[in-house]
Amino acid sequence: MTTDPVTPERHPRAAGRIHARSAAAGGAKYLSLVLAGAVVLIPLVVIMFTALKTRQEALDTGPLDLPGNWLNFENFHIAFTQGKMLPAFLNTTFILLVSVTGTVVIGSMTAYAIDRFDFRLKKLVMALFLLASLVPSVTTQVATFQIIDNLGAFNTRWAPILLYLGTDIVSIYIFLQFIRSIPVSLDEAARLDGANSFTIYWRIILPMLKPAIATVVIVKGVTVYNDFFIPFLYMPSSDLGTISTSLFRFQGPFGVNWEIISAGTILVILPTLVVFLALQRLIYAGFAAGSSK
Amino acid sequence: MTALQRDRGTGKPPARTTLAAAPADRGRVARRKGVRDRVARREGVRRHWWFTPWLYLLVPLGLLVTFTYLPIGDMIGYSFTDWDGISPEKNNVGFENYTDLFTRPELFKVFLVSGVYLIAAVVQICLALYFATVLSFDTRFRNFFKGILFFPYLINGVAIGFVFLYFFRPHGTLDSLLALLGVHGEHLWMGDPDLVNASLAGVSVWRYTGLNLVLFLGAIQSIPPHLYEAAALDGANRWQQFRHIIAPGIKPVISLSAILAVSGSLAVFEIPYIMTGGANGSQTFVIQSINMAFKFDKYGLASASAVVLLVLILLVTWIQRRLVPEERVELS
Repeated sequence: MTTDPVTPERHPRAAGRIHARSAAAGGAKYLSLVLAGAVVLIPLVVIMFTALKTRQEALDTGPLDLPGNWLNFENFHIAFTQGKMLPAFLNTTFILLVSVTGTVVIGSMTAYAIDRFDFRLKKLVMALFLLASLVPSVTTQVATFQIIDNLGAFNTRWAPILLYLGTDIVSIYIFLQFIRSIPVSLDEAARLDGANSFTIYWRIILPMLKPAIATVVIVKGVTVYNDFFIPFLYMPSSDLGTISTSLFRFQGPFGVNWEIISAGTILVILPTLVVFLALQRLIYAGFAAGSSK
Repeated sequence: MTALQRDRGTGKPPARTTLAAAPADRGRVARRKGVRDRVARREGVRRHWWFTPWLYLLVPLGLLVTFTYLPIGDMIGYSFTDWDGISPEKNNVGFENYTDLFTRPELFKVFLVSGVYLIAAVVQICLALYFATVLSFDTRFRNFFKGILFFPYLINGVAIGFVFLYFFRPHGTLDSLLALLGVHGEHLWMGDPDLVNASLAGVSVWRYTGLNLVLFLGAIQSIPPHLYEAAALDGANRWQQFRHIIAPGIKPVISLSAILAVSGSLAVFEIPYIMTGGANGSQTFVIQSINMAFKFDKYGLASASAVVLLVLILLVTWIQRRLVPEERVELS
């Protein structure tokens, strides 16, 4: 945590009175920012401290006390092995890869069909997708559960995959908005060269959709990685834990061993932090596009 | 696949092609040259079998119907029965489930909990507006602060649940911090029915403020900068600039956040379920429906409850669309 200099913005030639006022305003501004930063960081930093403490230390010291040995990674080891975090990461990765790839293919094909073709019932199809975007999936789970069960997908990795693929309207909208800005003349040029519609989609549209694909991959990736509800409801088997459900199961065996639970929590947050630091710009843009449509 | 490959335009819907190519009165053609060109151009794109677009839409529409429309239909059906979710027998009970929901106070109570989350959402939008305004003007470390404030939105919900279980523990982080400020004593942040919902709603402010911040920041950036300069020349202070330039300029995004806030506070599930399991009066609408269906086997009642929630959310969305038309606000 950097202590922020509470200095006013520099206005060399500003009049003294204005300078004093902007100094006060600037001070309040930085104070509020530092305070907000502390509110966000303190709960996380404290968990990090606890994850590095030994069991005895965790019992004896207060949450704000620093760990005695900063290189005590024992808890992470226990969380990773006994908490079944490796299979959880593998399960999540599998579900993530299939769902994200599927979302990109399905979303871009849907957008291609809707934007580049004129066909009967087009308005109806659009309306169906639009209306569905207003239905929060959490409200329909009671009945969706029966459908998944009847399909025989309950307690398999396919249940979440099907649901992630089937309820993603946002990505269709992101692709639709983007595909509108790709000139139709490109399609036509390819058609004159004898390309069929699938070749046009695959060789021309899809490569040009790269920025939209990045957005969808990020938004969908974060959603799938973090989702708790669907795996919890549809994959109760302990062999099929995702990182969310496996971490949730820490509550039982590790009960009050906060140093282990903290280590597990950090293990789950860490990949997100790395990806966030690496892709910051794309992530902001992705979420702005993802939620405003 | 074969159909896709055959889609060359050779054996096309002949009627269309002839229509477009039909020689017409010379004068008219000359006059409508632009129109004809456009038709011909579009015709080039349109040369396909009637079913080609449906090949692309087959899977998405199939999934859409199976996982959105079919469940809604089923749910409405179940909501008029006393089905337990397992037995083959379903008895029609009419509107009994619905009258139960609205007359049994213990079932209705969840709406009060939603109210707490709604208040938190208002706080969250105000905070995000404040920080978005601050961070869009010249501020040191603005990317750093933006990053810190946004990051919680990306964190896994279960991880957030554990972080705050530890935070709110008796003698946990919050109590220790308060002790530093001279407020001693042990508070049952998670155990006291008067405090639990406020604590949980606080977690959702912590989690979601960053998303609103990023949305607002993006919107503020699209306001032409010369407006601020003009306002500054006229002697407008920051608040006046916010009031007369920023707020009207980003009205569509604020209204979107408001609607997401209302539907979000009705559909709260994850954090309270992970942290309290709905104990101590922290049960929300979704937790209640899920428990009714999967714990107490009251599928009919749970379906009715879900239908009510769905109708409420659609209603809120509809009202919002009526109140705030999607027109672009003119700023120049």
